[in-house]
Amino acid sequence: MKTGRKLWAIIFIKLFIMFAILKVFFFPDYLQTNFSNDEERAAHVFNNITQLPQDK
Amino acid sequence: MLEQIDLTQVNWARAQFALTAMYHWIFVPLTLGLSFLVAFFESIYVRTGNEEWKRLTKFWMTLFGINFAIGVATGIIMEFEFGTNWSNYSWMVGDIFGAPLAVEGIFAFFLEATFFAVMFFGWNRVSKGFHLFSTWMVAVGSNLSALWILVANGWMQFPTGMLFNPDTARFEMQNFWEVLFSPVAISKFTHATSSGFLLGSLFVVGISCWYLLQERHQTMAKRSIIVASVFGLLSATYVGFTGDEAAYTVAQKQPMKLAAMEGLYDGQTSAPLVAAGLINSAKLPGDNQQPFAMEIKIPGLLSLLANRDPGSFVPGINDLVFGNRQQHIIGAQEKIEKGKIALELLRTYKEARKSGDQAIADASLKAFGDYQENMGYGYLNSPSEAVPPVGIAFYAFHIMVVTGAIFPLVLLLILYFQIRDTLAYQQWLLYLGMLCIPLGYVSQQAGWVLAEVGRQPWAIYGLLPVTVANSNLTSGTVMTTFFLFLGIFTLLLIAEISILAKQINIGPEEN
Repeated sequence: MKTGRKLWAIIFIKLFIMFAILKVFFFPDYLQTNFSNDEERAAHVFNNITQLPQDK
Repeated sequence: MLEQIDLTQVNWARAQFALTAMYHWIFVPLTLGLSFLVAFFESIYVRTGNEEWKRLTKFWMTLFGINFAIGVATGIIMEFEFGTNWSNYSWMVGDIFGAPLAVEGIFAFFLEATFFAVMFFGWNRVSKGFHLFSTWMVAVGSNLSALWILVANGWMQFPTGMLFNPDTARFEMQNFWEVLFSPVAISKFTHATSSGFLLGSLFVVGISCWYLLQERHQTMAKRSIIVASVFGLLSATYVGFTGDEAAYTVAQKQPMKLAAMEGLYDGQTSAPLVAAGLINSAKLPGDNQQPFAMEIKIPGLLSLLANRDPGSFVPGINDLVFGNRQQHIIGAQEKIEKGKIALELLRTYKEARKSGDQAIADASLKAFGDYQENMGYGYLNSPSEAVPPVGIAFYAFHIMVVTGAIFPLVLLLILYFQIRDTLAYQQWLLYLGMLCIPLGYVSQQAGWVLAEVGRQPWAIYGLLPVTVANSNLTSGTVMTTFFLFLGIFTLLLIAEISILAKQINIGPEEN
């Protein structure tokens, strides 16, 4: 039972760190954050992928 | 040393993804293999009614639970990284990966999670039969979870069943079944899961060997060894077949990866397999240096492996970089030219759409279809950029194969001595059995290093290099999270090992 409690604690701490800290503060969705709709996101990605390395 | 390494943003993002994936793959294969072993043990208990088998089942189930609890959701971090570090890529593949990952979420994960609760907490609450059914469903669900993510990975290695839509800047799925049953996806799934079965067997056998050395829980250890070594031997045989199929698929769909993993620069008929060798790290495509400082070759075996014909031609790195007219192989230089036309056509299409010139837009899109398959080459500056790191691919492949060949021999010896009931006296073999646990993990990691490093420079093979797949971020941001993950995952690994070690030391509950 002691191991079980320890494992539950690890699971909850891990999920808290992942979703409440890492996701919120370190891993914003780049396209969701910087563009307001799918049309703008598609245009941004299209521009990125049609730009040749020497043009960057 | 670190400042001497050129780790730009994209390389930090790659390193971070590799770190996450490698840590994640410490937990996954054991889940895949141990879940089936627990199901076997419980099936024997239900069939015989022998309480000793129930005790044994519960013990291995506890170890399975520890691994599952610590490893669960570590893979979700990779999804975070897709959105932040690899936004171009994740946008472009959203339509392809959405379906398989949604199926995973709805079907496999819920199947796994529902029956997981019954398996752990239902021993005295449900009938024996339903409990056994739940244990089997956990094993099936765990492996089905792996199916969908491996289908996604298979698609990245061999993109099929889709078309690129320039209006949405996305690869859009045209045929779900073509994606699901792509030969690369199938060989990925069968090889990865069967290697997980083998690792689970090595884990059970190795720990049981330790008990025999300690002269503790010997009945449980011997019973576990019999079941796990038989399962391990069957799995190892299957791993061999699926590995052969995977190599054949690589040869047909990713010839550059095959050439790199064998250090083959000049293509040959009746190409030999390099069984062991020391790579010349200064060797470059097209130069006159020898690829190996020393090597041991097996004549004709690479041709047999690659084309099922010992006399066939296997292209080398130079053939794939510079082309080989005699063998009708298009070189990377020609593909780069086609790729640049593809990108130019995309730009023309977009401008025509903007200016309302539908005729030019239609013509550009039609012409793009002829060049799409080489689209990714348009981003390369020189043909040699199409070559993955040869040394890493070569050594990873050989480490995987050599360790993979050792396991069935060890398992066979252990089974032989156990059947004669003299295993407890073979101390050297018991130590070897224990050593196979870390070796099993090394083999697993080497396999993934080969799969992922061997397909460089591509995020999506031939279509999107990693340098274009990433987001416009600074390397400082990615570096911070890299070291953050390194700390978190290392803590999780320490927790896993210490809790497992403690539980193994306690052993199964006494009657």
